[in-house]
Formats: sequence, structure tokens, C-alpha cells
Amino acid sequence: MSTRTVLHEADIARALTRISHEILESNRGPAELVILGIPRRGVPLAARIGALLADISGVPVPVGAVDVTMYRDDLHRNPTRAPQPTEIPVGGIDGRTVVLVDDVLFSGRSIRAALDALQDIGRPAAVRLATLIDRGHRELPIRPDFVGKNLPSARDERVNVRLRETDGIEEVTIGS
Amino acid sequence: MRHLLDTKGLTRTAALRILDVAEDMAATQHREVRKLPTLRGKTVVNLFFEDSTRTRISFEAAAKRLSADVINFSAKGSSVSKGESLQDTAQTLQAMGADAVVIRHGASGAPHTLATSGWISAGVVNAGDGTHAHPTQALLDAFTVRKRFFGDDSRGHDLAGLRVTIVGDVLHSRVARSNVWLLTTLGAEVTLVAPPTLVPQDVSAWPVRVLYDLDEAIADGPDALMMLRIQLERMSAAYFPTEREYSRTWGLDAARLAALPADSIVLHPGPMNRGMEISAAAADSPRSTVLEQVANGVSVRMAVLYLLLAGERIEAEEDGR
Repeated sequence: MSTRTVLHEADIARALTRISHEILESNRGPAELVILGIPRRGVPLAARIGALLADISGVPVPVGAVDVTMYRDDLHRNPTRAPQPTEIPVGGIDGRTVVLVDDVLFSGRSIRAALDALQDIGRPAAVRLATLIDRGHRELPIRPDFVGKNLPSARDERVNVRLRETDGIEEVTIGS
Repeated sequence: MRHLLDTKGLTRTAALRILDVAEDMAATQHREVRKLPTLRGKTVVNLFFEDSTRTRISFEAAAKRLSADVINFSAKGSSVSKGESLQDTAQTLQAMGADAVVIRHGASGAPHTLATSGWISAGVVNAGDGTHAHPTQALLDAFTVRKRFFGDDSRGHDLAGLRVTIVGDVLHSRVARSNVWLLTTLGAEVTLVAPPTLVPQDVSAWPVRVLYDLDEAIADGPDALMMLRIQLERMSAAYFPTEREYSRTWGLDAARLAALPADSIVLHPGPMNRGMEISAAAADSPRSTVLEQVANGVSVRMAVLYLLLAGERIEAEEDGR
């Protein structure tokens, strides 16, 4: 029973700044970008990345949220989850480059669900994936385009991301 | 949630949960693809012993938008008209693998019997039983009121402080009963207005105020006025002298509509008897929420089916109801 902190507040800020620069670089600027967070903690991360992109490029970037609850493949294995709001920015996602943002990438199943949800909302030109932590153990052929930190972990370890907006504290911990 | 049988036993938390999930369901109905894959592989049986086109279609639309398979069973022209008992019908559905049964029955308590008899393991949703309860109608009414008064901020809000007046045939109305319990649980103040012959005897045990004069109730300035349908098919005795007299004394005509406060709304569960309990002027006015109620009905029923069927069973059983 040991828990250690792998990212502190300043580390998280640096990781998000780097991710934002990488997004702009790979997209050749802020044009046609839409940043969508996956609830719960992907949503504040998406908002921060959106703000950073606007700061760096000087152009506002639309930010929203896409809930994946209704698209999960493990609904019947878990207690009933309450769906979270989905917010698609005005202008939609058709023909744009959507960057999905999540806090921890693990099995890849949430991302699979998010891709299904996007398909029902519209047809983006491209979908990219940004995650604060990639902890491995993928169960589906999904890989992130932008990673804050690669964190090797055992399958039964717990990775916890805590953010100011949702938890009142900024840190990423790993523990067994 | 294991079953939804009435609103009397529904806690404030459970009711708000259904309404909040319904908000999310409503949001998905503006998308390019309105169908969600959530209940793929689940079977919902609509078991209707009484005629009801609107409620059945609404449940059917809700189940289909969640990708469940729907089997419609109506008593007319079925084995029930040959004398099959509720038990045998239920066990047949069980053998076919129903995951949820939506039941409408003329006898008060039939859904409760179905849920507690052990005949079936499926979740039971009461879609109206006798004069007892019609929980999804009350939930969609509460949802509609909340949406009108709080708009996009509805999530998490209850109806504290709102004043709802229910007018008409309270005696025969399961809609009124379910609304009384749900709306008061959510904090609304409920007033019933009815001819003395159409007020139930046990009304003194309800958390409501009873008035006998519609004009007095309107002068009171309610936030929402719910006009009940006069159910001629349930009236075996003479409860009022003539239909014209009813409509003159208890109907919402243009003059009464104009006397309502500017922001108050008019609900009607449908189908409307235009010219009887509600005038065309009231039914077609911007205050009328009749069509919103129909649209919200699908979202609320999607939420109920989702909460009943999506989670794992064990949790559902601990949850009690």
C-alpha cells in the first residue's frame, strides 16, 4: 500500500503546454481545430488546452465535451452510471480536426466509445487523441497522438489524476 | 432502479436522477444520428391491456432510440381475449427473454403484482394502472415544468416554491395522483381544483390544498396549470349535469387563460377534449406545453429504460426500487 506522486502542479502545466505546441505543430496552426474533453477530467484538461492554444496562436479555438457513457461496452458490468453532458461547440465537428482529450489512457475502451459517439454527432476530417497520462495495457488498437507522460504501470495499480476544477488539488499519483 | 411502479415511493434523489438523465437523453435527440447503441441486445415488451396509442408509441420510440428490441403486445385480439391470466402471459414473456416489461392495465395494482409475484425477472415499468398511478407521465410533466422555468440550467434543480394547480377529474385520474406525489416530493405546492363529485374521498391524506372554484384558483396566480382530461369512458355515473356546464364551470376558456399570470404555463396530458376541459385558444397558445410534453415523454422514458436496464443487475437489486 504505497502511493507516490508522479506529476506535480508545475509538471502538469508543462505537459499541457507542450501538448498544445505539438497540436499546433502537427495541425500546421489552429485552423479547423475542435478540442473535445471526455468527462469527467478530460473536460477541464480540454478547456486548459483550448486556452493555451488560443494564447499561443492568438486565435480562439472551440472547446467542448463528448460523453461516452451511452456508448460504453461495459455498462452491464458496472453499477448504472449517470451520463455527463455532451457539449459540441457551435459550428459542429463536420470537416474539422477533432482532438479528443482524456486524463488517463488505459485499455482504450473509452476512446473506442468516444469514436462511436463522434460518429453519431458528425463527420470530422480527422480525429486525434491527447492524454495527460498513458499507462499502457491497451486492449484495442488505439494509440495517442499527444502524451503528457508515459507512465509504466502494473495492471492492478491505480493511477489517479486530480485537478483543481474537479478535486481542488493538482497532482497525478500511482499506487497499489 | 429495479422497477418503476409509482411516484409515491420515489425519493427526491431518485426522481432528480431520472430527470437529470432525461436531460442528457433530450440532448442526444438533436444530433445527426438520434439512435444510441446503449441497450443493444435488450428486449422491451410493451404489454398493453388497455388502449393507449400515445404512451405505447412513446415507450416504443424511447426503447428504439436506445437500440433495444421492442415487442408490442396488446390484449385485443391476443391470447388474453381468449382468457389467459396475467400470470400465464407474464410467464410467456419471461420464456421469450424479456428484459423489461412496460405494462398498462385497467386494474390498479397489476404492475405491482407483476413485479412482486416472482413470475418474471424482468424490470417492470408502470405505464398506467387503473386509477392508481402513471409515473412516467408525472415525470415528464415535472420535466416539462422544470425545463420551462429553468431552461438550460434545469439539471439538479427541483421544483421548490413553484405552484402547480391540477384541474378536473381528479377522482379517476392516475395522472393527478402520480403528479401529486412527485411534485410535492420535488418541493412544489400542489392545489387540486375539481367539482366536489370528482374529488376522491381520501384526499385529506394527500399533501395538497383542495379548491372547488377554478376562477379562485386562477386568481391565486399558479405557475403551472394542469388540465386533466375528462375521461368519459371511466364515468359510469353522472358526476356533473352536462358537458356544457362542465366546460363553462371547469374548462380553461379564453377569459380564464387571459387571467393567468404572464409567465404561467398550461399542461395537458393528452389526448385533449377541445372545447370541453380546454379551449382551442388555450391549447394553441404559447403557454401550452402539450407538444413539449410529448417530446419530453420520449426523453423521460429513455431515461427510465436506461436506469432500469443499463447497469448490472446486482446493484439494481440493492437499490430496492
